[in-house]
Amino acid sequence: MLEIKTAKTRRGKRELEKRAPKLVESGKKTLILHGTKTSGVLNAVLTQIYQLKKESAVKYSRKNENIKPFESGGETSLEFFSLKTDCSIFVYGSHSKKRPDNLVIGRTYDHHIYDLVEVGVENFKPMESFTYDKKIAPKEGSKPLIAFIGEGFENVEELKHLKEVLLDLFHGEVVENLNLAGVDRAYVCSAVSPNRVFFTHCALRLKKSGTIVPRMELVEIGPSMDLVIRRHRLPNEGLRKEAMKISREKPKKKEKNVKKDVLQGKIGNIYVPDQKIGEMALPNKSKGVKRERREAKRKNQGDEHAKRRKEDA
Amino acid sequence: MATEIENTVTQVQYEIDLGNLTAFDPHHTFSSYDSSSRAQLVKESLTKGTELVQFIADSLFSLPSTEDIDGPLVKLPLPTTKLPRQKHLPVPKPPTKWEAFAQKKGIQQRKKDKVVYDEQSGTWKRRFGYDRANDEEAIPIIEAKPTDDPTEDPFAKRRDDKKKRVEKNERNQLQNLKEAAKYGALPSHVQLAATALPITGTQAAPKKFTKDELGNVAGMAATATASGGKFDRKLAGEKAPQHKGKYRKFLPVVGQGTGIGSLEKEQTEKVLNKIMSKNSHDILNVSKAVTMHNVKREKKRKYDNKRSASASDSKLKTQKKSFKKGDSKKSDNKAKGKKVV
Repeated sequence: MLEIKTAKTRRGKRELEKRAPKLVESGKKTLILHGTKTSGVLNAVLTQIYQLKKESAVKYSRKNENIKPFESGGETSLEFFSLKTDCSIFVYGSHSKKRPDNLVIGRTYDHHIYDLVEVGVENFKPMESFTYDKKIAPKEGSKPLIAFIGEGFENVEELKHLKEVLLDLFHGEVVENLNLAGVDRAYVCSAVSPNRVFFTHCALRLKKSGTIVPRMELVEIGPSMDLVIRRHRLPNEGLRKEAMKISREKPKKKEKNVKKDVLQGKIGNIYVPDQKIGEMALPNKSKGVKRERREAKRKNQGDEHAKRRKEDA
Repeated sequence: MATEIENTVTQVQYEIDLGNLTAFDPHHTFSSYDSSSRAQLVKESLTKGTELVQFIADSLFSLPSTEDIDGPLVKLPLPTTKLPRQKHLPVPKPPTKWEAFAQKKGIQQRKKDKVVYDEQSGTWKRRFGYDRANDEEAIPIIEAKPTDDPTEDPFAKRRDDKKKRVEKNERNQLQNLKEAAKYGALPSHVQLAATALPITGTQAAPKKFTKDELGNVAGMAATATASGGKFDRKLAGEKAPQHKGKYRKFLPVVGQGTGIGSLEKEQTEKVLNKIMSKNSHDILNVSKAVTMHNVKREKKRKYDNKRSASASDSKLKTQKKSFKKGDSKKSDNKAKGKKVV
């Protein structure tokens, strides 16, 4: 016994179509949430990550008792939230005696947990603590440059994993074309020790250098923090392979206003904008104007010409 | 010269992913971390970061660009670091039964005009929808043929046939959707929900009656007799019919004495008393309050007259009294309300 259920409204249908799997994905949304206990530091971290990613993030402000990403059975409600908000990266904060200022960054594939990285936050400096010229403050949603520094990101497995997750979290929307005038922010991540990553957010100041390429200058605008690696869970190999699939063919765009004919070949419709004849300026000689005015006008024009000639002389 | 060589050497060392605007320096090693040298480390990573960002910018600004109103536009290459998808690749929809059949037979879709000539009215009308062309269902008179079954209503049959066709189509649609669901290729806005209801076309399971319901039905049937089932022989387990509704009582039409009957009088008085008791304020003696108010006003007027006569130069002073006439009165009234008991 099955029943066909469809969206009742056109709007609902559109919303569902937006969530459908696509050939080429444009970007991931981030879900920011916390467990039963969070510290002041962690609250600040979560809100500032939310501010950095405001255009593509959802922030939950309630306590979540039954979310424990690393434990079995602790991910069900997380997966539900991911489905509900259509987010595929989550940043989960919790605070306990054993793991103070704990941040779990994870990704989902098909709304099931794909991988997890757990880090502790230390030496957190919020945005407000940095003073800088507000003119260079980055625009919301601009595409960042990301710099990874340190051999740790290549040699240590945890850091390698963290690098990929951080890239996925902060690289912003996947775009084909980039406006060079809109390049205004950078993230710097450096692996200062085998289990510690220094992360900071900078604004870019473009200075003249004499060539086409401007000289870049980084101005630290925060937040900045140390991320200390704790636990991590890599995806299993099968899932990884599945998730890395890319379609060869690109989605076709529907060709509009073009027909193909056997005899005439390709026929296209061209849109010609309204010519606005009614608003066109009339020639001065038009007979619609009274004779006196017409003549006065002509005379004035003659004068102007004379003046110009004089000036030229 | 030396710096140039160094630069080229370092540039070779960086890994760059222009699609993600990311650069990676895998060779830099930081001195061992401890909290005292943290500021140093931050500075070091920032200078290194500047270098990397400059490196990205070098390759970014050298890409061929097109001018736009907002600035130069650059086409980014594809990202080289692979990131996992968020959802699986969309699955192609399996062909429906008709599509498979058409494929086999080589039937091709033809475009049909939206508007069709309607022979009955001699005009062009829509092919489908309201006021459609050549609509068989809108024909008001069906000619009888000698072979027709006289007991059958041709209009009802027409309606019935239409209904059956719609149901058949729905069944086919469901079948195709089920097939698509098997491959995970359902359209995103469609869900197949399991229900207790049967699919249209199959027979519904007969509903079972409870013992109570059966008893009620028996009781209801009994009311069909003239006595309302009062003298009927009761069956075992049969209940008296349930009375649904209000029991209403009416006053006698003809009362004792003339005019309104005593019962009706009583009833109206009851209502009146109720209203009066709700709205009567025996706390306030109205006549007393009025006289008190009048006396007070008189007194005040006298007092004021006297004052104005004695102090004629008071006009030169600024008036402290408010210009509003009603103000003083209002305050008076308030005072009265408190005093009157």
